[in-house]
Amino acid sequence: MSQFDIEKLPKGPKGFMYDWGSDQRAFKGVPWGKAMMWIFLLSDTFIFSCFLISLMTARASTVVPWPYASEVFGLTVFGTSVPLLLIAIMTFVLITSSGTMAIAVKYGYEKNRKLCGWFLLATAIGGLTFVGMQAFEWSKLIFHDGVRPWGNPFGAEQFGAFFFMITGFHGTHVSIGVIFLFIFSRKVFRGDFETGRRGYFTSMKSDYEAIEILGLYWHFVDLVWVFIFAFFYLW
Amino acid sequence: MGIDKKQEVHTHKIGIYLWIWGLLFVFSFFSYMVDYMNYQGLLRWSLIIFFMLAKAGFIMAIFMHLYWERWAIVNVLLWPMTAIGVFIAIMVAESYYTFFTRMFYFVVGS
Repeated sequence: MSQFDIEKLPKGPKGFMYDWGSDQRAFKGVPWGKAMMWIFLLSDTFIFSCFLISLMTARASTVVPWPYASEVFGLTVFGTSVPLLLIAIMTFVLITSSGTMAIAVKYGYEKNRKLCGWFLLATAIGGLTFVGMQAFEWSKLIFHDGVRPWGNPFGAEQFGAFFFMITGFHGTHVSIGVIFLFIFSRKVFRGDFETGRRGYFTSMKSDYEAIEILGLYWHFVDLVWVFIFAFFYLW
Repeated sequence: MGIDKKQEVHTHKIGIYLWIWGLLFVFSFFSYMVDYMNYQGLLRWSLIIFFMLAKAGFIMAIFMHLYWERWAIVNVLLWPMTAIGVFIAIMVAESYYTFFTRMFYFVVGS
């Protein structure tokens, strides 16, 4: 079936020239779904970059002090205030779900149906926990501290707009990911990839490649959080 | 998907994922400590950037399997990032100019 043996093709820079100079297809050994997911993630990278770059521009050009995130997002535990506590826990939860996702992808390719399903489910629950904590963070900021997109009690007025826009857009990504993780863990548990059952929306047969593609999306959500954590919360 | 379906897919030992997972935990802990210890100035920024890039690199290389992909797709994904770098440089210059004009007209008056 295969028209080339991927192991025998030249690798590295030579492989780059070879693949792009060859007929038929440039991304050898990459399923089309995976290539499309990568290209989607590349475009999503640009969207998030625009958000973070505009955050940088606003912060660097404002003459009013920017709210100190360390205090704004601090929590008081047993009488002592810990800076960024909730954000740190959210970060660890998201990294953990990224780890379980990587393991789910591995078990998927090994056709270990049950373990793949369980790790997908664990990933979904991790993502759900993250969204839940974000809902808590938002409601604390909105109802307790009175932060609004047009103003807040801590400092520069743009702070609220950037906070809601950036974390909201990221949270939307996480929520969509959680929905798909639940759908795909059900598909895996049911054995859709073994029986060749067709998808409800796509009406196409699928494969454990779909788990890797879903994994790429989920790791990307984690990747974006790394940058938001650095630039919004720590900077 | 057709063509690749029959090919053997190469998987990795679970250890590498657990190692990277642990490393990401350690890096996150250190970047949190930067804030907890209240480092300021250049030290703070360089540490934040370092841990951020280390985490991002490990996630992309290992979790997203970019390390094992062929250069044909790796190059397509990474070169466009240079455009983001250029955009950052442009907007840094722009925001300093905005800041300068704001300060200037606050002092001089319009």
